[in-house]
Amino acid sequence: MAGTGKAHLATSGDAVLRVEDLVVTYETPGGEAVQAVSGISLDIREGETLAVVGESGCGKSTLAKAVMRLIPNDGGSIKVMDKEIAKLSGEELRMVRPAMQMIFQDSISSLDPHMKVKSLVEQPLRVWNRGNEAERAAKVRDLLSSVGLDPEVVGDRKPTEFSGGQCQRISIARALTLEPKLLICDEPVSSLDVSIQSQILNILRDMKDRYGLSLLFISHDLSVVHAISDRVVVMYLGKVCEVSPAGDLATNPRHHYTHALVSAIPIPDPTKQTGRAILEGEPPSPANPPSGCRFRTRCPAATEKCAAEEPQLTEVSVGHYVACHHPR
Amino acid sequence: MSELLKITDLRIDFHTPRGELHAVRGVSLEVDSGESLGIVGESGSGKTVMSRATMGLLRGRRVKRSGSVQFEGAELLPLSNKEIREYWGTKIAMVFQDPMTALNPVRRIRSQMSEALVKRLGKSKEEANARALELMKLVRIPDPEAVLDKYPHQLSGGMRQRVMIAMAIACDPKLLFADEPTTALDVTVQAQILELISDLRRKLNMAMVIITHDLGVVANHTDRVAVMYAGELVELADTKDLFARPRMPYTEALMNSIPRLDRQPGARLPSIAGSTPDPTMERTSCGFAARCQYATDKCRNEHPELTDDGNGHLYRCFFPLGGN
Repeated sequence: MAGTGKAHLATSGDAVLRVEDLVVTYETPGGEAVQAVSGISLDIREGETLAVVGESGCGKSTLAKAVMRLIPNDGGSIKVMDKEIAKLSGEELRMVRPAMQMIFQDSISSLDPHMKVKSLVEQPLRVWNRGNEAERAAKVRDLLSSVGLDPEVVGDRKPTEFSGGQCQRISIARALTLEPKLLICDEPVSSLDVSIQSQILNILRDMKDRYGLSLLFISHDLSVVHAISDRVVVMYLGKVCEVSPAGDLATNPRHHYTHALVSAIPIPDPTKQTGRAILEGEPPSPANPPSGCRFRTRCPAATEKCAAEEPQLTEVSVGHYVACHHPR
Repeated sequence: MSELLKITDLRIDFHTPRGELHAVRGVSLEVDSGESLGIVGESGSGKTVMSRATMGLLRGRRVKRSGSVQFEGAELLPLSNKEIREYWGTKIAMVFQDPMTALNPVRRIRSQMSEALVKRLGKSKEEANARALELMKLVRIPDPEAVLDKYPHQLSGGMRQRVMIAMAIACDPKLLFADEPTTALDVTVQAQILELISDLRRKLNMAMVIITHDLGVVANHTDRVAVMYAGELVELADTKDLFARPRMPYTEALMNSIPRLDRQPGARLPSIAGSTPDPTMERTSCGFAARCQYATDKCRNEHPELTDDGNGHLYRCFFPLGGN
């Protein structure tokens, strides 16, 4: 977007997550207010994987944390299963948390190094006082095997004994312990080797089918997003540029930013001309975003209108929305 | 093309509390002047250790090095710290993954850049200054004069990497090692930096070794590619040939497991089961046998040698794809 709008939101109410006009502001050490997320709207339907893709500083991780209510927001609405959670706090917030869980990029540091794997996975059940000891142990065994770990072998070991890929499996098992409806994945495969990356993506897909999850998948990598998601939201400098079904986005990006992003990805095939740098420079500072369309300072198609008027998300083909005055 | 760098049977072992860790297990490799070689491998493949050993950056009591590294016919491994310094900058230079830790955080870019020019090339302060500005323009830094007066933390990741590249090419090296030069960067910036490095290589007639985990990066920026796995060179071929006809099952599996935009969205990715072998163990089998879908008893009991298919395509496999 570099623009705003809610045209892409479903009208019917079966959304697992519905975020409207979410704003998150950080204060810099100099006392300056920086809007990392400025008026984002998105929804995730039941059983859907929605990806949010963008480069460093576009606000995608801030968005994920704000949806989880890990950081405060400065306006907008967050509905999980039709329940408004943007203003909840304390015990009320705690009560909705089991329905939404999160896994992080650095799985090793997100697991307590002193706890055994089986206790890590069991902990949410103990906190919520669910089941008796035998039931909990059975649940833990079931979860560990479903993410491809042998519970007998790994149960009594500690996270430090495992590789990044295995720790990510443990994190997934732990996140699913309370049977959430929504799983938020913040760059879950970014620090993994490609051969391990595909294992984790496949596990996420299997878990989604098995537990009927909806996924919010945050990533900087459009090819990863392409492999896992149903719909993709492209972010730039705190705004949405484009929302599209995954296949459509790769073959027919309509926003100039998305196009540049797609072209820049090097495809492992020397006969194809890929990995082209279309964009010059780097995104401007979110502390002082350009007027109108936020991408206009780097956009090859920018006109005066782009500086004056913020583009709204508009449907260009079925399910494909773009916020641009001059789409490709 | 003449041979610039010749690595023969390079072995690097680290003494660790767990025992001897064999990080590089007898790698032989040549780099011709002006060529661009890609070295691809996953974590623990030994690609970074190999390049650092070649540069003479790995030394000390805990490192055991054997084999030979020759640069223009001169042996590098036995050189002392002081002697190898003569090679750095003017003959071999390196660009690292993380420019923030490679640059000195408390000195302005100008003073870091001129240091090499004054000390290595004996330039006067004014000459060094002028050359620094010229280099900044060469790596296409906008407003170069202003950037010279900044500290590293005031620059973005992409700008910092441009500064690193400018410093690496400051003394006209004949060979540039780029170790994951774009891994920490966004994809649009990565494309800019890779184009820049390739342009500079042609313009300055440097040889370049790009070390990366990303097959996409080598596909468009190298003449030849070496694939490393668990400390060994497992395949080496012309880039086009490697991608068109991988002979080593590991290379094929790696290519297949990469998510690609030109594939069906949502398609299940083929993955490589298991993980890499224990680096402290001696190799009595094919290093990839435990994860290879084609592995036989022979693969599990004998260690394959690097074989030439007759056209300079090397592979380390008893049963190469496409037949012997």
